[in-house]
Amino acid sequence: MNARAVVAQTRLELSMTLRRGESLLVTLVVPIGILIFFSKVDAVQLTRGSALNFLVPGVLSLAVMSSAMVSLGIATGFERRYGVLKRLGSTPLGRSGLLTAKTLNILALEIFQFLLIVVASITLGWKPTIGLVAAIGLLFIGTIAFAGIGMLMAGTLRAEANLAAANGLFLVFLFLGGMAYPLERLPTALESIARLLPAAALSECVRGVLEPAGSIPTRELVVLLVWAVGAPLLAAKKFRWEE
Amino acid sequence: MSNSPGDLAIEVVDLKKHYNGRTAVDGLSLSVHKGEVFGLLGPNGAGKTTTVEILEGYRRADAGSVAVLGEDPSGNNAWLRSQVGVMLQDGGLYPGAKPLEILKLFAAFYDNPRDPLELLDLVGLSDSSTTMVRRLSGGQAQRLSLAVALVGRPQVLFLDEPTGGMDPRARAITWQLVRDLADSGVAVLLTTHQMDEAEHLCDRVGIIDHGKIVAEGTPTDVTSAGGDGTIRFITAAPVDLAALSSALGLPPDAVWEERPGHYALPGPATPNLLADLTAWLRDEEITLAELRTVRATLEEVFLRLTEESRA
Repeated sequence: MNARAVVAQTRLELSMTLRRGESLLVTLVVPIGILIFFSKVDAVQLTRGSALNFLVPGVLSLAVMSSAMVSLGIATGFERRYGVLKRLGSTPLGRSGLLTAKTLNILALEIFQFLLIVVASITLGWKPTIGLVAAIGLLFIGTIAFAGIGMLMAGTLRAEANLAAANGLFLVFLFLGGMAYPLERLPTALESIARLLPAAALSECVRGVLEPAGSIPTRELVVLLVWAVGAPLLAAKKFRWEE
Repeated sequence: MSNSPGDLAIEVVDLKKHYNGRTAVDGLSLSVHKGEVFGLLGPNGAGKTTTVEILEGYRRADAGSVAVLGEDPSGNNAWLRSQVGVMLQDGGLYPGAKPLEILKLFAAFYDNPRDPLELLDLVGLSDSSTTMVRRLSGGQAQRLSLAVALVGRPQVLFLDEPTGGMDPRARAITWQLVRDLADSGVAVLLTTHQMDEAEHLCDRVGIIDHGKIVAEGTPTDVTSAGGDGTIRFITAAPVDLAALSSALGLPPDAVWEERPGHYALPGPATPNLLADLTAWLRDEEITLAELRTVRATLEEVFLRLTEESRA
């Protein structure tokens, strides 16, 4: 792969991401807003533990979802619509170089989100644990799962439908993801569905490793891994480079 | 225009492509040499874009063989991609990026790129270098797209309807640019609807219809093979069409009136036919205002050939 080409493409992808107001809103403002609001307003109503200990894993997971699924998916959908993906495919950058650049772009954005959320959480009074290292690994797996979902929609739907679907799914996953309030608050039937979705699986896994006696819930880890393998495979199979 | 063609840059032999049972390309063959501008002319849906996109590596041929610089474009061939410049029919540019930014990006993909600023100047976009692509006019976006196709110093250039939305001045700049590139040894394959573009810019043209080449050669070859030379004349007084036709030994509807006072009869415009015509006009005491023998235009040949195969 042509390293110089990948670096140039990554730089452009990053600067385009930072230029899109709606992308910054969903990747930075929304997670930080939820963190601050729900830590100050006692809407979480936990039966045990502090609101921040519940919220930090949820917001870290939400951040990954916003970058890998929403920001990546919507941008890729419009690039497909405008023939940008097609045009880049016939340059020495190639499709593999383009995918590498998109991955690097998302990782850079996520590192920034991670640092911002951790610093904000500490400022709000959160005590980090050593589990944060394991959490990074889980968030990486979550990135693969959500990027797979985002790319599946971006590569199969029309750009406008993809825009609506990515934003809609973001809300559904936020409500059913155990991110801003505990899954137990949901009606039982809805909770069982929610536990099969990648959002809840990721936030519960991250919550597990961030607890003082950190451990990963097996069932949730299996669900997360299934999504992390299945979604990208399906995306690779179904993705169409032209709309 | 070079008389001694360079090496073969593009070769297509008996290419076939179907989409869902519909035939898009049906046994098409063509070749383009280095230093040559080849124009693919054809109605919408004739198979022009499909052919070009197979050569660009976007689609795979169902049958036949295709080579660009001796290589198969359908594979994942990074070397070939570095030697080829592509201008899509539309799109291909980030709407939210600026022309200079896009050119610098593409310049980074190639080993020995042209200077982005010089290229912007060359296509007349220096004043718009920091305007968002979505705010460019259609013609400006096309010129940017052309500059992007050139930034890697390609040996082979594919231009799919390059001047469709351009104003006459931008079109002239583009023609000159393409001509200069060909003169420096680049092989250019373009598609177009515009007959004047084909006549002025292309060394050779291929008229494509229903996925096949129905006529090929230099624009002059194609027009002289396709038209025997219609005779057109304008008179001061009305002409009895049937009487003239029979006097010339032609079927009654051979001579036709194109508009009042303007007449045409089919060629070849032999000296005898012209003599018979003027003799008849003398006998009828009809004064000629104008008499011309006209070689068929490329457009007439194009319309006739693409019409024939529809009949």
